[in-house]
Amino acid sequence: MAALERIPPLVVASFLPHSLCALVIKYESVIHEFDPYFNYRVTQFLSKNGIYEFWNWFDDRTWYPLGRVIGGTVYPGLTLTAGTIWWVLNSLNIPLSVETVCVFTAPVFSAFASWATYLLTKGSGAGLTAAALLAMVPSYISRSVAGSYDNEAVAIFALIFTFYLYIKTLNTGSLFYATLNAIAYFYMVCSWGGYTFIINLIPMHVLLCIVTGRYSPRLYIAYAPLVVLGTLLAALVPVVGFNAVLTSEHFASFLVFIIIHVVALVYYIKGILSPKMFKVAVTLVVSIGLVVCLIVVAVLVALVASSPTGGWSGRSLSLLDPTYASKYIQIIASVSEHQPPTWPSYFMDINACFSPLSDASSFVVLYIVMSVYFSGVMVRLMLVLAPAACIMSGIALSQAFDVFTASIKYQLGEMSNSKDDVKEKISTNNETKDDASSAKGEKVAKERPSKKGKKKEREPADKPSVKSKIAKKKALVLPLEASIVALLLLIMLGAFYVIHCVWAAAEAYSVPSIVLTSQSHDGLHVFDDFRESYAWLSHNTDVDDKLASWWDYGYQTTAMANRTVIVDNNTWNNTHIATVGTAMSSPEKAAWEIFNSLDVKYVLVVFGGIDLNINKFLWMVRIGGGVFPHIKEADYLRDGQYRIDSEATPTILNCLCTGTNLSCKFVETDGKGYDWVRRTEIVKKNFKLTHFEEVFTSHHWMVRIYKLKPQKNRIRGKGKKLKLKTSTGFSKTAKKNPWM
Amino acid sequence: MMNLSRSVALISLFLLPLLSFSFSVDNPTDRRVLVLLDDLSLKSSHSIFFSTLKSRGFDLDFKLADDSKLALQRYGQYLYDGLIIFAPSTERFGGSLDSKSIADFVDSGRDLILSADTSASDLIRGIALECGVDFDEDSSAMVIDHSSFSLSDGDHTLIAADDLVKSDVILGKTKIEAPVLFRGVAHSLNPTNNLVLKVLSASPSAYSANPSSKLSSPPQLTGSAISLVSVMQARNNARVVISGSLQLFSDRLFRSGVQKAGSPNKYEKSGNEQFATELSKWVFHERGHLKAGSLVHHRVGETDEPSIYRIKDDLEFSVETLEWSGRSWEPYVADDLQVQFYMMSPYVLKTLSTDKKGMFHTSFKVPDVYGVFQFKVEYEKLGYTTLSLSKQIPVRPYRHNEYERFIPTAYPYYGACFTTMAGFFVFSFVYLYHK
Repeated sequence: MAALERIPPLVVASFLPHSLCALVIKYESVIHEFDPYFNYRVTQFLSKNGIYEFWNWFDDRTWYPLGRVIGGTVYPGLTLTAGTIWWVLNSLNIPLSVETVCVFTAPVFSAFASWATYLLTKGSGAGLTAAALLAMVPSYISRSVAGSYDNEAVAIFALIFTFYLYIKTLNTGSLFYATLNAIAYFYMVCSWGGYTFIINLIPMHVLLCIVTGRYSPRLYIAYAPLVVLGTLLAALVPVVGFNAVLTSEHFASFLVFIIIHVVALVYYIKGILSPKMFKVAVTLVVSIGLVVCLIVVAVLVALVASSPTGGWSGRSLSLLDPTYASKYIQIIASVSEHQPPTWPSYFMDINACFSPLSDASSFVVLYIVMSVYFSGVMVRLMLVLAPAACIMSGIALSQAFDVFTASIKYQLGEMSNSKDDVKEKISTNNETKDDASSAKGEKVAKERPSKKGKKKEREPADKPSVKSKIAKKKALVLPLEASIVALLLLIMLGAFYVIHCVWAAAEAYSVPSIVLTSQSHDGLHVFDDFRESYAWLSHNTDVDDKLASWWDYGYQTTAMANRTVIVDNNTWNNTHIATVGTAMSSPEKAAWEIFNSLDVKYVLVVFGGIDLNINKFLWMVRIGGGVFPHIKEADYLRDGQYRIDSEATPTILNCLCTGTNLSCKFVETDGKGYDWVRRTEIVKKNFKLTHFEEVFTSHHWMVRIYKLKPQKNRIRGKGKKLKLKTSTGFSKTAKKNPWM
Repeated sequence: MMNLSRSVALISLFLLPLLSFSFSVDNPTDRRVLVLLDDLSLKSSHSIFFSTLKSRGFDLDFKLADDSKLALQRYGQYLYDGLIIFAPSTERFGGSLDSKSIADFVDSGRDLILSADTSASDLIRGIALECGVDFDEDSSAMVIDHSSFSLSDGDHTLIAADDLVKSDVILGKTKIEAPVLFRGVAHSLNPTNNLVLKVLSASPSAYSANPSSKLSSPPQLTGSAISLVSVMQARNNARVVISGSLQLFSDRLFRSGVQKAGSPNKYEKSGNEQFATELSKWVFHERGHLKAGSLVHHRVGETDEPSIYRIKDDLEFSVETLEWSGRSWEPYVADDLQVQFYMMSPYVLKTLSTDKKGMFHTSFKVPDVYGVFQFKVEYEKLGYTTLSLSKQIPVRPYRHNEYERFIPTAYPYYGACFTTMAGFFVFSFVYLYHK
C-alpha cells in the first residue's frame, strides 16, 4: 500500500524536470551553446554512418590542418545513447529527427537522475524530497534543459546510479549488483571525464570503512569486482584506453584494492589461527608488509616524478592546486567552467543547502565533503555537488517534517486522547504520512549502520540507539503553535525554492546563448546574429574554405556552417590555439601572414562593442604569449588594464582583433565610437584595413566576417609618392602643363 | 531566307576560329595589341620593330596617346591583349585611359611594353612605379658611361650595354653577341621586390646625371644598380617590359653598327633588333609560359583518386606540364619540378621525373603523420610563369581493425595471459570439486 502511494509522487518528480526543461524551448527547439553543437554533429555522423565509422572517424574539418580523430578523443556515451534512442524510435516507425532526439535527451535523463536519486536516498519521504529537489535544483537544470546536449546530461544520471548500485551491493553483498555496478561505472566512463570522481570517492569510502573497522565480505564484493571489471571496461573506451592504469587519477583505487586484499587476508588468517599464533603472524606480516609497501611507494613516486606533469593531467592538477592552471596552462584557466566559482553562484546554484548535516551515511557525508571541495575549485563540478546537496536536504527536510507532523499529531492526540478512532478518521492523511515518515525515520536509523557492514557484536549497540532515538523523538515534542508555524515556514521556504528554480530555469539557464535577447524600453530584441552569420558562411563561401575565429565558435561553425575551422572548443592543442591568439593579437600584416600560412580565407570576429571579444582578447594575448614569447601581455596593458580608450597602448591599437573590431565603425553604429561594455569612447575610430576586407556584418553588428585579401598582383616601387593618378591626380599634372 | 541563315552560319563558322584565337588561358599569346604613340612619326621611325611584331601575327592598332577615343575596354570586355606605350612625353592620355586603368589592364593578366625616355612625364613614371620600377627623379638626367659607350658617334650617353640577364627564356636561345645600344633614362629596382628583374643592366662605371650641366653633387644612381631595361612578371603572370630608352627600339639603332669603347670587336649591326624581338616574344607569352594540368594522385596499384589516404600508404603522383610555344602546347621538359606533401611544412619533398611527353610523376610513402595534407607544386623559375598548384587530401590514422592483431614480439605476454587463465580455471575446478 505504502509502495503504491509512493508511485504518484515519484512519477511527478520524474516529470517535473521534463516540464521544467520544456520551459526552455523559448524560441524553437535549438541546441544550446558550444559543446552541444559538436555532440549534435557527432550524433548526426553516427546516425548516418554507423558505429564503426564513428569509432574510426577522422575529422578533417576541424583543427585544420591537423585534423582530429573524433572516435578516439570523445566520450562516446552521450552520442551512443542519443544515437540508440534515435535508432530505436526510427525502427519503431517514429520518425524523429536527430536534432529533436538530441534536444530532448537531457530532460529524459534528468528524469532518470531524479529516479536514481530516489533510489540512492532510501526511504520514501527523504527519497521523494531529494528526487523532487534534484528535479529542480538550478545547477542541474543548467545541464539538463532541453537543448543542453552535453556529456553531463547523461553523466549525472550515471553518477548517481553508480553510487546507488554501489550502496546496493554494499547492503546485499550480491555479485549480481557488483557486476551491474561495474557496468554502470562503464557507462559513466563512456559519458564523462568526471568518472574519476567515482573511482576516487569509492576507494575513499572503502578506506574509511576499513579504518573504522567495518570491513566485511560485502565491502569486498562491492569493491573488488568494481576495480577489476571497471578498469577493464574503462580501458575499452578509446579516449581513456591505457590511461585507466597509467595516470595518477586511478592510482588511489589500485592502492585501496591492494589494501582491501591485505585486510581480507588478515581476517581470513585470523579466522583460522589461534589468537596467539595470530599475534606472531601479525608482527611478521606487518614488518614484511611495511618494507614491501615502502618499496612500492618509492617506485610509484619515482615513476610519477619522472614524468613532466608528475603523471597528472593538467585539468586534474588544477583540481588539486587551484592556482596551477593560471600559473602554467592559460588555456585551462581561460575556460570559465574551469574557474573557481564566485560565492553568489553557490547561492544561485544550490540554494538547497539549508540543512544541517544529519545522521546520514558516511558515504553520503564523504560524497558531499568531496564534492564541496571540488566544486569550490572548478565551477563545472558544482554539478557533482548538486545531487549530494539534494540528498542531504531531502533527508533533512523529511526529518524536519517528521518531527513537526509527529508533534502536531501528538498534541492533537493529547487533546482528544479518548477518541482515538475519531482522530484516526480525521487525520488519515496526516497519519499515513506520519507513519510512512516515522517508519522511514526508523529505517534510515536502522539501515545506515547496517549498510556500513557492521559486525555482529555491534548489533546490540545499535538497537538501543534506535530505541533511544524513538524515545528522543517522543521527548522532542514541540508546542502545537510552534510546529505549525515551523511547518508553514518550511513550506514557504520550499515554495520560494520552487519559485527560484523555475525562475532560474526559465531565465538564466534556458537562454541557448546562440540566440540572445535584450529587453529595452522599446520592447524585446532577439539577437539571432550567430545563426545568421553561420548561414551566410554556408551559403556564400566555398566548401573547402577555412575559417579562423577564436576557439569558442569552432564547434558551432563546423556544425552549422559546415566550414573547416582552425581551432575549436576541444582545446587539445595549445600551440595551435596560441597561433590563432598570436594572429589575433598581431599587427595586420603579421596576422595576414599567419592566417595565410594556415590557408585561412575568412576571419570571424565578434564585435567588441556589444559582445565580449575584447574581453576574450586578453586570453588571446595570454595564450599566444604562453607559446610565442614575442607576444608580451605588458605591451597591451596600461596601468594593468586592457584599455581601448584614449590611454590605450599603441600595440593594442595596431593588433588585428581590436583593429578589425574598431574598424567596424563603432562610428557607424552609434556615431560616437562608444564602447557599451566598457563605457568608454574609443580613440582609434577610423581604422583602415589593408590586408583584410569586411565581407559580412550581421544584423545587430555582433558578428563580423573578414576576408583575407589576396596578395597584391604587383609590388609598387618605393619611389617618392607619385600618387596613383586618378582623375584628381591628373588635374595636378594638367596644371603643370601650361609651362611645357 | 534559308540561304541567309546558311550564310550566317557559314560566316560564324569562319569567324569562330578567329574569335577563339584571341587571348585566353588556353592560348596565352596576345593577338590584339594597342600601340600608343605620342607622335605618329614613331610609326615609321620604329617600323622594323613593329613589322616584326606584325609578321609574327600581331594585330597592331596604332593610336595617338591623346586620342580622345582611347579605351581599353568596352562593355567590360578588354579590346586588346597587349599594350605598347611609346609615348614618353605624354602627360595625359586621351579618352578613358589613365594610369589606374593601365594598372587594371596589367592586373587582368594582360601585357605591357612601356618605354620612357629622357624627360619622361610623371604619368609614365607613375605607371612604371606601379610596376615596381623607380625612374631617376631628375627628369633631365640620362645614363652616362665614360667607359662603355658606343664609339659610333662618340657620345657618352649612347651606351653600348652587354650586361644581359642570363636567361634563355627571356632572351632566346641564340646569344646576343653585339652590345645593345641604349640612350635614355636610368631606373632602379627595389632589391626586395622579387617580381621585377633587370634584363639589361648598366656597367659599373655608369651613372645617371644631366649631361649638359656640370655635376654639382654625386649622382644618386650609379654603377650596376642602374637598370636600363627591366621586366616585371606580376603574380597573375602578366608581363611588363620597362625600358628607359625609346630609341632602343628605333630603326636607327637597330641598323647601326656598334663598337664598344675599349673593345676591339666591331659589329656590323647592334644587338638591339635581336634584343627587342626576343624580349617582345617573352613579354607577349610566346615563350616561357607554362601550364599544368590537374594534380593526379592515387594509391600504388589503383587508378582512382581516393578521398582520403591512410598513414604509410604508398601513392603515385603525377602532373602534366606543358609549355606554350607561341602556336601550340608542347611538353615541358625539366628536371627541377618538385612536389611537396605539405602540412604546415613539407613532410615529403620529391623531385618529379619526366617522361619527356609532359607528364611528371613520382611515388612516395605517406608519412606516419595524420592530418590534412596538400600536394603542392610551387614552381618559380626565372623567366617562366609561376606554377602554383595545390590539392588538399586528408590522411587518416589506422582504423581500429587495421592494427596487427598479434605482434610476434609480444608472444611471451600472450602466452603468460592464456596460461594464467587456464591455470586459474583448472585451479578453481580442483579447489571446488576435489574433496
